[in-house]
Amino acid sequence: MHRHSTHFFSCMAALMLAASTLCVHGLLVSQWAGPSLAQKSALVRTLRLTDLCLFTEASYTRHSSMADLSTPFQDSPCAFEHFPSGSLLAPPRHLSGVHPSRMTVTKNDR
Amino acid sequence: MTGNFERQRSIIDFTIASLLRRKGKNGALLVVYTLIIFLLSSVIFFTHALKREAAQVLQEAPEIIVQRTLTGRYQPIPLSYAARIREIRGVVSVRPRLWGYYYDGNFLANYTFVIPDEFPPPVGSVIIGSGIAKLREASPGDIIGFTGYDGKPQSYRVKEVLAEQSQLLSADLILISESDYRALSGIPADLTTDLVLKVRNRKEFATIAEKITKLLPDTRPIIRNEILRTYDAIFSWRSGIVIVIFSSAALAFVIFAWDKATGLSAEERKEIGILKAVGWESSDVLLMKFWEGLVISLSAFLLGTVLGYIHVFIGSSILFVPVLKGWSTLYPEFKLVPFVDFGHLAAIFALTVVPYTITTIIPSWRVATMDPDSVLR
Repeated sequence: MHRHSTHFFSCMAALMLAASTLCVHGLLVSQWAGPSLAQKSALVRTLRLTDLCLFTEASYTRHSSMADLSTPFQDSPCAFEHFPSGSLLAPPRHLSGVHPSRMTVTKNDR
Repeated sequence: MTGNFERQRSIIDFTIASLLRRKGKNGALLVVYTLIIFLLSSVIFFTHALKREAAQVLQEAPEIIVQRTLTGRYQPIPLSYAARIREIRGVVSVRPRLWGYYYDGNFLANYTFVIPDEFPPPVGSVIIGSGIAKLREASPGDIIGFTGYDGKPQSYRVKEVLAEQSQLLSADLILISESDYRALSGIPADLTTDLVLKVRNRKEFATIAEKITKLLPDTRPIIRNEILRTYDAIFSWRSGIVIVIFSSAALAFVIFAWDKATGLSAEERKEIGILKAVGWESSDVLLMKFWEGLVISLSAFLLGTVLGYIHVFIGSSILFVPVLKGWSTLYPEFKLVPFVDFGHLAAIFALTVVPYTITTIIPSWRVATMDPDSVLR
């Protein structure tokens, strides 16, 4: 008679085998990808590219690293995000520190 | 040793038989639990692989790019700025980079025109990305047309289609000669899109960027580290949809754990009471509950991560495609290189399997330490 524990151990062994096979798959494919990644790097160098072509619907999501602070708010600073891909991305970190404040406020002492 | 193993096996036999008696409930629990792990691992596999690939290929991005801003938006930059920037000590070269967008109203797609610095295509011809070739059904030798800035049609012969393997970088690119692009876009000869700098010492990137901003206050320098950090930040766990998915999964998991931790069903209490009445020790009951938690959570973890891996690296993240596509009609078809971070997997394991197993044991421990008579009553 088959015991439940035998089925359980067989299932676990099968799942572990599948996970190990996929680990080996990952290691092999990432090693084989070397020339393809080198080719992509060469394309970036030759064409002086700055971004991945992930979202083509808006300029600030197509070239996230080149975007400025105003582009996502085409109509007004309070406008809602217009393009779906804009909600997938957080603004690049460097945007917050680059634009120097050009406005000064002097308190009027009464 | 054999005696202990046999004892554990017998408890597992009993635990699984007990789980099978509540097939519907436990089956649903396993499916939902597996789905949560599948979703979490898919997001982690996808974002990590994308970040690693971006970090590797964008290592070759320009060292410093200088944009000009006007009214808070970037504008074409005068070529005369290049001569002024070149005077800054440490700057080796300043080259104009001409590129721009084109909206194709017929195909509702956005293209990116790029003018290669070296070996541009001959006048009257273009090299197109494979995404555009597929969208417009164009192949080498075909004529492809665009509407110029003045409304006049402009046509070019397709010289070449960029390799499909590089779609993640080039699906929407159109390489064109400078004179053709200026005629198409109307950008005057004394302006370019931005400037690309080469610097002698990479430690001086930030200092040179600061000097540029002081010298030309209407410019914005972007250094390579910032480009690299962009892809690290935009797909970090705190960004956009990633945090939405993580929060939903975490909330669903908290509901599970809460349901388990707050108490046992009348049937489960009765079962523990009977086991105690027939002579099971409290430790045996706790061991049974430990195995119950482990059988469900370990099965869900292994199944969820295996399915997540297959989904992202073999199935090209098919479930994420509609979300990533948004409204774009031009979308790259790409297979990510399976860079797996085992640290992330260990974190999922620690945050799901361990708490679930513990929350299965705690309420049973309370019942198991009670007198069987009072439990059965």
